[in-house]
Amino acid sequence: MSEEIPIYKQQTPEVAARFAKLRERPVVLDVDQLGKQFISPQGKIIQALQDINFKVHRREFVSVIGPSGCGKSTLIRIVAGLETPTSGEIRLNGETIRGPGPDRGMVFQGYTLFPWLTVKKNVMFGLKMSGKGSIEAEQDALQWIDLVGLSKFAEAYPHQLSGGMKQRVAIARALANRPRILLMDEPFGALDAQTRAQMQAYLLQIWENVDVTIMFITHDLDEAVYLSDRILVLKAHPGEVNEILEVPVAHPRNPNQFLNPEFLGTRQHIEHLIHPPVAEEEIETLPIKRMTEVGDDVY
Amino acid sequence: MPKKHTSWFAVRKELPPRVGKLLALFSFLLPILIWSLVSYVPIFWHPGVIISDGGDSIYDTGDYVEKEVFAETNAELTESGEVLAKGRPSNPIYLPAPHKVVTAFYRAFTTPPRRSDQPWLHESLWMSIKVIFYAFTLSSLFGIPLGILCGTFDFFKRLHEPFIEFFRYLPAPTFGALAIAVLGIEQAPKIAIVFIGTFFQQVLVISSTTAKLDLSLLEAAQTLGASRFQLLTRVIIPGILPDLHRDQRILLGWAWTYLIVAEAVGSITGITWFIEQQGKYRIYDNVFAAIVMIGILGLICDWFLLEIGKLMFPWKGERANPLFRGIATLFRDNNRLPPGETPEPSE
Repeated sequence: MSEEIPIYKQQTPEVAARFAKLRERPVVLDVDQLGKQFISPQGKIIQALQDINFKVHRREFVSVIGPSGCGKSTLIRIVAGLETPTSGEIRLNGETIRGPGPDRGMVFQGYTLFPWLTVKKNVMFGLKMSGKGSIEAEQDALQWIDLVGLSKFAEAYPHQLSGGMKQRVAIARALANRPRILLMDEPFGALDAQTRAQMQAYLLQIWENVDVTIMFITHDLDEAVYLSDRILVLKAHPGEVNEILEVPVAHPRNPNQFLNPEFLGTRQHIEHLIHPPVAEEEIETLPIKRMTEVGDDVY
Repeated sequence: MPKKHTSWFAVRKELPPRVGKLLALFSFLLPILIWSLVSYVPIFWHPGVIISDGGDSIYDTGDYVEKEVFAETNAELTESGEVLAKGRPSNPIYLPAPHKVVTAFYRAFTTPPRRSDQPWLHESLWMSIKVIFYAFTLSSLFGIPLGILCGTFDFFKRLHEPFIEFFRYLPAPTFGALAIAVLGIEQAPKIAIVFIGTFFQQVLVISSTTAKLDLSLLEAAQTLGASRFQLLTRVIIPGILPDLHRDQRILLGWAWTYLIVAEAVGSITGITWFIEQQGKYRIYDNVFAAIVMIGILGLICDWFLLEIGKLMFPWKGERANPLFRGIATLFRDNNRLPPGETPEPSE
């Protein structure tokens, strides 16, 4: 192998073949020249997003990552139809998006389950909105609840569930509508580390079992590399695409891959994109002062 | 096991339920204790004397005389060598002792009205309850939908709220004369005044409650395909119901306070008429009893609504009083688990 190719670009033949196949799949989401301006309370124009272009193929898992304030949440909210772009457009299966719809399911960081509905009724919500009958909707909902492993809790109310369980219900609820794309806005951000690792594993399993395309917002580098086919790295002020990279880690994914050289190399590359390495002398250090009493044995 | 100890004065910490119940009892016992002390222990207050034997003075037995006047009179009688008046220390008749008020509770209901065309106490009370019921139902019929619309659509908020904001500062009793001119002297003007007092507050309170519903729930519903109408009927209305229920309880309390002024408009009626009459005859035991009755009615009504709310909203995770739960099971489907009785979550 050549010395010049950085490790995050080295793909084994299997991985390269997978990406070649991915690129030939139909485009589900097409983000075209997207821009978004806000007017701040002081009357200044803020360019939140500028000239964003990318495509997501069917059954692909794409993560969006970037420094805080890069507009990644705004981007996914525009895709969901909850906000309108100021320039450019987004096409879903070739059709321009106008407003929110059930073809784009969304999972929010705050669980957003309807507290007055049981788990089953929460999952049935979207099905009923689209005019399905109660019996059919219930059968469908129970299958999705089973898929996320919560059959025992079908009649429970959200306040009786843990954070991870709530988020599994939210995923089942979004998937029950059979969306073209599942949008996830930092879905595991509020969970503790252990639950988050478990949820990542669940999500990969669900994604393998269900024909769904996923767009995933995160600020966790490990999470992005572990879950994604491709990662869209944004930069802030204005929010622009920094790089779109293909993750060279083989499928199916498992937690042991966290220590693989291609995993670490990809992670480090994104780290450098988001936080460019600073020269040693520029790093600000805190003044070292001892606040302990004389004679305290602290070392 | 270490002894759990929570300070009774911990900042924003809840006390154990038993301590809470004890304090609730004390919150009633304390005023009653003060009232009893003032009534039964002569060293507290007792600014007058009840004459038990007038002697040669101008007083009759049973007259109430201020302490200073009594002493002066007796001093004069001593000087002229006449028989002194006798009496015992007493509070003014407008402060009856607790036991008198307690007996008045029973007596007020059993004493026939002075004139045969006048209502009994229970009839007066029933009249008041009817005024409250009609006024509050009417107000809710219009106030709740309008409040929800104002809290949901900025259009209705901008269109209605400025005027309502202005109108709610107009004291409801000032519409008394107008209400009589338009609606006559029967119950209608009284209902109108309670309505005016309640309605405008109701719209604003419910509008603000509606606007407080978590926006992300609406966004989630939109991404699940809910239409604008479905957002209103499937998310906003069920989502605000518990808070709406709480608002209604508070508003009902306001309606009661407006009742007394409303009943004084035109021909005095209802419980206000009873209080007024008893005051005129100086039967203050009955006046106190009637005031306490209003309080007890309000308290029972509020407690009843609170427990109904716990039954209606099991997803809030509050358990209703066993009595109410028992009644509710009579109406519930037998082959279904009662809401909230699900296995404990574990991962």
